Amino acid sequence: MNRRLAVFLLHAALVIGAAITLAPLAWMIGASLMKTGEANTIPPPFWPARPTLVHYIELFTRLDLARHFLASALITTVATVVSVAVNGLAGYAFAKLPFTGRDRLFGGLMLSLVVPAQVGMLPLFLLLRELGFVNTYVGVMIPYFASIFGMFLVRQYALGVPDDLLDAARVDGASETRIFLTVVLPILKPILVTLATFTFLSAWNDFMWPLIVLSDSARYTLPVALANLVGEHVQDTELMMAGAVLTVIPALLVFLVFQRSYVRGILAGSVKG
Amino acid sequence: MSARGARIERRKARAAWLFLAPALGLIGLFFVLPVAAGLLLSLTDFDIYAIGAPDTARFVGLKNYAATLTSSLFWQALRNTLYFVLVGGPLSVVVSLGAALLLHARAVRLRSLFRTIYFAPVVTTLVAVAIVWRYLYHPRYGFLNHALGWFGLGPIDWLGDPMWAMPGIILLAVWKNFGYNMLIFVAGLGSIPEELYEAASIDGASAWQRFRNVTLPGLAPVFLFVGVTTMIGYFQLFAEPYVMTQGGPLRSTTSVVLLMYEEGFRWWRMGIASTMAVLLLVITLAGALLQLGLRRGERA
Repeated sequence: MNRRLAVFLLHAALVIGAAITLAPLAWMIGASLMKTGEANTIPPPFWPARPTLVHYIELFTRLDLARHFLASALITTVATVVSVAVNGLAGYAFAKLPFTGRDRLFGGLMLSLVVPAQVGMLPLFLLLRELGFVNTYVGVMIPYFASIFGMFLVRQYALGVPDDLLDAARVDGASETRIFLTVVLPILKPILVTLATFTFLSAWNDFMWPLIVLSDSARYTLPVALANLVGEHVQDTELMMAGAVLTVIPALLVFLVFQRSYVRGILAGSVKG
Repeated sequence: MSARGARIERRKARAAWLFLAPALGLIGLFFVLPVAAGLLLSLTDFDIYAIGAPDTARFVGLKNYAATLTSSLFWQALRNTLYFVLVGGPLSVVVSLGAALLLHARAVRLRSLFRTIYFAPVVTTLVAVAIVWRYLYHPRYGFLNHALGWFGLGPIDWLGDPMWAMPGIILLAVWKNFGYNMLIFVAGLGSIPEELYEAASIDGASAWQRFRNVTLPGLAPVFLFVGVTTMIGYFQLFAEPYVMTQGGPLRSTTSVVLLMYEEGFRWWRMGIASTMAVLLLVITLAGALLQLGLRRGERA
């Protein structure tokens, strides 16, 4: 085949693939800007004749979506900060601080990655109920705090921290905590950003666990509120699309800003399996 | 070892336990303990009365397992889930590989732009895009049927027809997920030595033969990883049917996890729900071991 034709076909395939990939998201944005009922006409329009923000305004006034947005933001932020601290410390310890049985412990944790979260979900709910955390934001956050995948991510990266550097600090009389804070943390910063991005996205996008823990609809996170809203407003296509845009945009923005870190995490996770 | 060396080793071990304490405490209390309790819970008749007074729950042996394994609804949910895993999983992997091959081609311009676009659905909120697709699938006003009309196809009552509802959910899942494995395949393709391709070309291998005899074997470990992780994830199908079909029509999209959720958190039959979760674990493990075994068999 002619080389230039091949290059053209390659790019044609890439462009068609990109169009199909973006179409649902573009339609979501387009429909969110249509006037009520416009999406339900024949032929279905892809873009509004005259864009309007009326559905966004309704979401924030009559439907009080800001409350759910803030709930999601709060849960996600706290979960991310705690996860970075907890898994950062643990990942470093697994990489650089030897003790008896360390590798067996780490191997056991890695094996448990195949256990579906659902097996522990019912007892975890009962446990949190005993502790008084059901229907609270703390109850929603708890499963994100410690992550076996997060520890793995940090450990793999921390293996590359030079031992000489740590030993030099020890000779200088620094405590292990001080070494972690002043020597190790700056080196681990890139992988901690990766970990933060992962935690943020999984906490922001999560559905099943907040659905189970939160019973009071005023406390719902954004995805749960959205799933609830579609029950009452299934005919209001344009309103629902505005809600979907508001839910998806923060996740997309975080991804676009921290894309490199996020991709590094995916690849680090796949190297050893 | 000198006395000083031994002291430093002890100090490191002490610091290790200190640094690990929060993570291990959280995982022990909120993961290991609940999973172990889940196994026990599946052997009890824990129900809505037991939530108020846990001591009324009784040990019933394997009764829940007998009940679940003779329930036609559970078998239907398992069939639906296997349909999703066995059709949706391979389809996702093939699309991921196709996209990766396109991106990996040497002549590609704007590679990182295309990569970002293909990856975007992965980071979107599943519930939100499931709602978007629910409208795209609308039999009358949905954009998908409109687009199919351009080719003289359809209209299809995507989510209203028991035959089409699961394919509809699979299409959404492929669209949402293919970017993830695509990135892993791109990295895998990059790690295949260029010399292998050159040697194959010198031997007169066609493009297809190079793909078949160099690319695919070179990607074998990637396929194993992608196969196992995709399968584990797909067995946990929940939010898509919850939002798009509520498990219908005629239970054709009720997955094992959706059924478990209904039993456990709608009817509060926690013993039965735990049984389903444990069965899901067993099936997932069997699937993972099967893939590992197949791979080992191929290599031998």
